[in-house]
Amino acid sequence: MRFRFRHRRIGRPNPKGNRRIPASSGEEASSVAADHSSTSPSSCPARSCSTSALMESSHPSPSPPSEQPRLTVTQIEQLRVEAKVFEIYRVLNGVDPPTMSLMLELWRDKHIEFLTKGLGNLGPSYNVLDANRPWLCYWIMHSIALLGESLDLELEENVVEFLFRCQDKNGGYGGGPGQMPHLATTYAAVNTLITLGSEKALLSIDRENLHKFFLRMKDSSGAFRMHDGGEIDVRACYTAISVASILNILDDELVKGLGNYILSCQTYEGGIAGEPSSEAHGGYTFCGLATMILINEADRLDLPSLIDWVAFRQGVECGFQGRANKLVDGCYSFWQGGSLALAQRLLPIVRQQLQLSLIGVQPSVECKTNNGFTAEEAGLDNENLSHFGFSFIQRHSECGPLFQSVALQQYILLCSQVLEGGFKDKPGKHRDFYHSCYCLSGLSLSQHSWSGDAGAAPLPGAVLGPYTNLLEPVHPLFNVVLDKYYKSHEFFSAL
Amino acid sequence: MSTSSDEDDVERIPLCSRPEWSDVQPLPQDDGPNPVVSIAYRDEFRETMDYFRAIYAADERSCRALELTTEAIGMNPGNYTVWHFRRLVLESLNANLHEERDFVDRITFQNSKNYQIWHHRRWLAEKLGTEAANRELEFTKQVFALDAKNYHTWSHRQWVLESLGGWENELEFCCELLEDDVFNNSAWNQRYFVITRSPLLGGLQAMRDSEVCYTSKIILADPHNESPWRYLRGLYKGEIQMLISDNKVPELCLKVLEINKSNLFALSLLLDLLSRGHQPSDELRAVIGALRSSQDIAGTHGLAATLCLVLETVDPMRSSYWAWRRTNLPTGVC
Repeated sequence: MRFRFRHRRIGRPNPKGNRRIPASSGEEASSVAADHSSTSPSSCPARSCSTSALMESSHPSPSPPSEQPRLTVTQIEQLRVEAKVFEIYRVLNGVDPPTMSLMLELWRDKHIEFLTKGLGNLGPSYNVLDANRPWLCYWIMHSIALLGESLDLELEENVVEFLFRCQDKNGGYGGGPGQMPHLATTYAAVNTLITLGSEKALLSIDRENLHKFFLRMKDSSGAFRMHDGGEIDVRACYTAISVASILNILDDELVKGLGNYILSCQTYEGGIAGEPSSEAHGGYTFCGLATMILINEADRLDLPSLIDWVAFRQGVECGFQGRANKLVDGCYSFWQGGSLALAQRLLPIVRQQLQLSLIGVQPSVECKTNNGFTAEEAGLDNENLSHFGFSFIQRHSECGPLFQSVALQQYILLCSQVLEGGFKDKPGKHRDFYHSCYCLSGLSLSQHSWSGDAGAAPLPGAVLGPYTNLLEPVHPLFNVVLDKYYKSHEFFSAL
Repeated sequence: MSTSSDEDDVERIPLCSRPEWSDVQPLPQDDGPNPVVSIAYRDEFRETMDYFRAIYAADERSCRALELTTEAIGMNPGNYTVWHFRRLVLESLNANLHEERDFVDRITFQNSKNYQIWHHRRWLAEKLGTEAANRELEFTKQVFALDAKNYHTWSHRQWVLESLGGWENELEFCCELLEDDVFNNSAWNQRYFVITRSPLLGGLQAMRDSEVCYTSKIILADPHNESPWRYLRGLYKGEIQMLISDNKVPELCLKVLEINKSNLFALSLLLDLLSRGHQPSDELRAVIGALRSSQDIAGTHGLAATLCLVLETVDPMRSSYWAWRRTNLPTGVC
């Protein structure tokens, strides 16, 4: 079975003015054959898209010199990437099934090798990440956990001890020993410790001072600053709330005004920006949506617009772009794919918002729908705000993914995966730990996107390539492996 | 102010050899006995950071401290602790912020995607006040010449306009950028920002008609460009009633479908209009009817449902999304 993707070209070049595009250059309606049902993973094709139809329509046929219109920078860059990606898919289409299976294989051993090496020693070029070492820990440890592996206990201990040295005595974690605490490195450190999951790891977190640190970072706008005197944006909000929630230290003071701030960051496009009025962006959309869910205010967002915007970020390359008219990048497999995975558990609210918009009520106006969580789900009625992260994952997902899951897996495995281990942004780029983390996270989400209940074993059709490609499921709000999350939830609920 | 870190051809003298630093005991990093993610620091880097740690621990806010932060930043512009301390030193020394801005200008181009540099720039501009507005706007233009979509740069430009002013030529600037590259979504976003926030224009209500006109022309010139379609919808943000009753919108969609019969943006916008209660014209009914036949769609479906089915086939990448839309059409929709 094959996919033929309608090629959504970014536009045949046109001279300035209102010249109409001749009908023959328009999109072909003949590219169909999508034997794919969104509700039935068993009919999900494990094959690639046919590129022959695409290759014809993707490149404008040469026009006479006098009419040669100028291609814009966006178009040129896009065509370059498409050429590389389609070449890879063309090769895939041309090989026999055993070779195809090999090409679609997740090279686990190579990834583990790359990751474990990184945990040890990094070359001098990593100078530029000297203020991001907890991130390196998280990207590596989380990737290893997704692959279902773990480290030697001694090495794990070393990680715990190192992160302990990054912890500031007044709360929060910095980018390295002796550095000022920072919300992002705090997020990375805490997620790493939860991934490690030992009692020693979890106990090493100074929750009390961390809460004080969060309060110091709280801004009058409702948002958070990344560090003392640092920048304010939606990322800072997410990192603070994600950690506060997962450690069971989320309270009204931290939440106050936050919903208003994030709401003001939803743009006319539907996605969410880093700051009010900035451009809708995949990373910030994930951060904004996840935060709103964690504080139980997701229904205040215009969810239909948000979902629409994210859905349109998946392009002909099969992966996701971060912003409209920009290039595909493997890391958005998680940021964008993750946003849709979150949306999957919000569909009852979305439906209500759609119904309300029919009668002329704007979704984000003060019309309280079901307020996200039922009283039952919310547990003790606002007494424990940290409960929302847990309730969310208990919800049953009533339908399959809102994005093309197999196509995304295809992009990750064929275009982002690196033979020597690790993952990269796109063909032509170099691998790094950040992309390894987010490509694997996105791959996991994709594979599990048909599971109605979090953590249920996916059907074979949901996994592109051999079933051994299957990764551990994650909690999509925090991006930690689900089992690790449950363990830490149990631990911190008791505190 | 010396800028030794910028002079590549001058060989660096180790700090331990510099007499002006002889009184300082460098403070090594406490990585512990079994560090992880250890970076093989080059000697210059290690030494610079050891001296920085000493100065930082002592909270020494001197000229030499400022110099040291310059060197440290040159080696790792992502070290936010160094930047933070630099700001403290600049304040304590009551330093010349124009010179500081020159410094930041110089290092921005090689580090244009660095959060710390842009944050520092914002801090500086705030201190310099409204007189800095033009220079900041000019500077962002220079960065855009290299990368017209730099996210940090756009946020900075917006902040400058909101906080320091300079709106006079902003709409024109957007027009220029869109002429260069009509696919530049950042420029479209900026246009929306100007239309809605500029104190010199009348706001969205006043600008809507002319903007719809501008956007429609661009859509017709190339209906495959997503940016103007999103912008068009954005012009009706908060005004569902207006969106579904303004005939210009469905008419534009139909015009596009005439030249490109399964343009997914046109179809998708028509679907959104119908699902929000738009009453279809006879022409729209006819077009959807024709699509139904050409796509061989059997059975009785409403107009909106038909569009979903058409979209499922002409836009297979989003087939799950369109299928979900079809099962979630509000009751009462055509």
